[in-house]
Amino acid sequence: MHRMNIAPLRALLALAVALAVLQAIVWLTGVPRFILPGPGRVAAALWDNAALLAEHARFTASNLLTGLAAGVALGVATALNLALSPGARLLLRPMLIFAQAVPIFALAPVLTLWLGYGAASKIVIVMLVIYFPVTSAFFDGLMRLPPALSDMAQMMRATPIRRLFLLQVPYALPALFSGLRLAVVYAPFAVIIGEWVGSSRGLGHLMLLANGRGQTELMFAALFVLAGMSLALFAALERALR
Amino acid sequence: MTGLALHGDLIMGDTPLIRDLALEMPAGQWSCLLGPSGVGKSSIARLIAGLPGPQRLEGALRTTDDQPLPGRVALMAQGGQLLPWADLLANVTIGARLRGARPDLARARDLLAQVGLDGLEQRRPTELSGGQQQRVALARVLIEDAPVVVLDEPFSALDTTTRLAMQELAARVLAGRTVILITHDPLEALRLAHCAWLLGKGGAAALALPNGATPRDFRAPDLLAAQAALMTRLQEHVPCTA
Repeated sequence: MHRMNIAPLRALLALAVALAVLQAIVWLTGVPRFILPGPGRVAAALWDNAALLAEHARFTASNLLTGLAAGVALGVATALNLALSPGARLLLRPMLIFAQAVPIFALAPVLTLWLGYGAASKIVIVMLVIYFPVTSAFFDGLMRLPPALSDMAQMMRATPIRRLFLLQVPYALPALFSGLRLAVVYAPFAVIIGEWVGSSRGLGHLMLLANGRGQTELMFAALFVLAGMSLALFAALERALR
Repeated sequence: MTGLALHGDLIMGDTPLIRDLALEMPAGQWSCLLGPSGVGKSSIARLIAGLPGPQRLEGALRTTDDQPLPGRVALMAQGGQLLPWADLLANVTIGARLRGARPDLARARDLLAQVGLDGLEQRRPTELSGGQQQRVALARVLIEDAPVVVLDEPFSALDTTTRLAMQELAARVLAGRTVILITHDPLEALRLAHCAWLLGKGGAAALALPNGATPRDFRAPDLLAAQAALMTRLQEHVPCTA
């Protein structure tokens, strides 16, 4: 209990020290503000553009969460199917591995071409990026039922579907959770790449826009919001898994 | 009720492990296979249980009632293989749930009481001692109500006094069933078996057992003498003695 209360305080302290050091570097070296704005200027940009940032963040967050949910659902369904059916394993597994050899980020321009500049292309990129880690982590877990339990299921004449849900799934949950952790780390990357390739909204779009106009403070402010979003997502997951 | 007759050579992969087995295991009695580790005892257990593995019988495994054996065997192994996330009641009824049948909770409670675990139905296996966990495994075997029960070194991980108590409990609750007990403990064989064989490379040698009903008193002079003689014979079977 004591330690849990003190951890966020320590993190805040570390952040404060890092910001102070950064501010000191900016002051001491006299770097121009359009190359590296100090934390003070970034904070001011955050404050001045709060409404703008919030609007773009909402778009990004909504695509991020939708893509995440869809990708996890699809990955879980695929892993369950693979575990249940040797035929599906034979057919789908090589395809999955091949699909993973294609860097999904490289598909972003194609997806934008097909699905347009709106939310759909971002959601699909997030989905595709997290689909493989979730599928493969969960599937590996499902196939790693201890042999003794596999024997027991056979002796008890378990039906395949009940064996799956009563024995394999509970044993595979830790593996699924590590897949989810990866997904939560990859998803923000994916959504930003999607926005960079082509979008008229979102934090990624705002960053490009600010960069083009020399508003480096705004770019860092957007980055800061994005980092906060990723951290919040990770913290929410950790909380949910506990 | 059925007895078993196992005749032939036990083959492991390509190499014969035990030749000329001739095991007549009578219905409703305890037959014990005694031997050092690695001799192939567990392979015979898997053979009778119908479980997959590298073992193969060149010969025949027959039932004395000429009904097929699959579906009439229950197995209890050393680890117990309890489900760590489920309470004792759910652990005992897992067989019915795996088959898609309605679990008989009243009977599960009765059996848990019979093995001395009444009042602990809501506990999880991790909260129990090793001996208590094997009691749960025993209740799980009993609820399957199989005519043939294979016990593969079920008590070898327990301390001496717990093991003696478990032997007495198992002898009581499994009385009347055809039990195949696999063990490396001479005392266990001498206490519980109605007929017993010493397994070695050369084959299976039938053992003379003390008189009296099982579980036999471990302090009885004839049992202790038989144990001493048996340990001397076992020494010859150990592959490398220092």
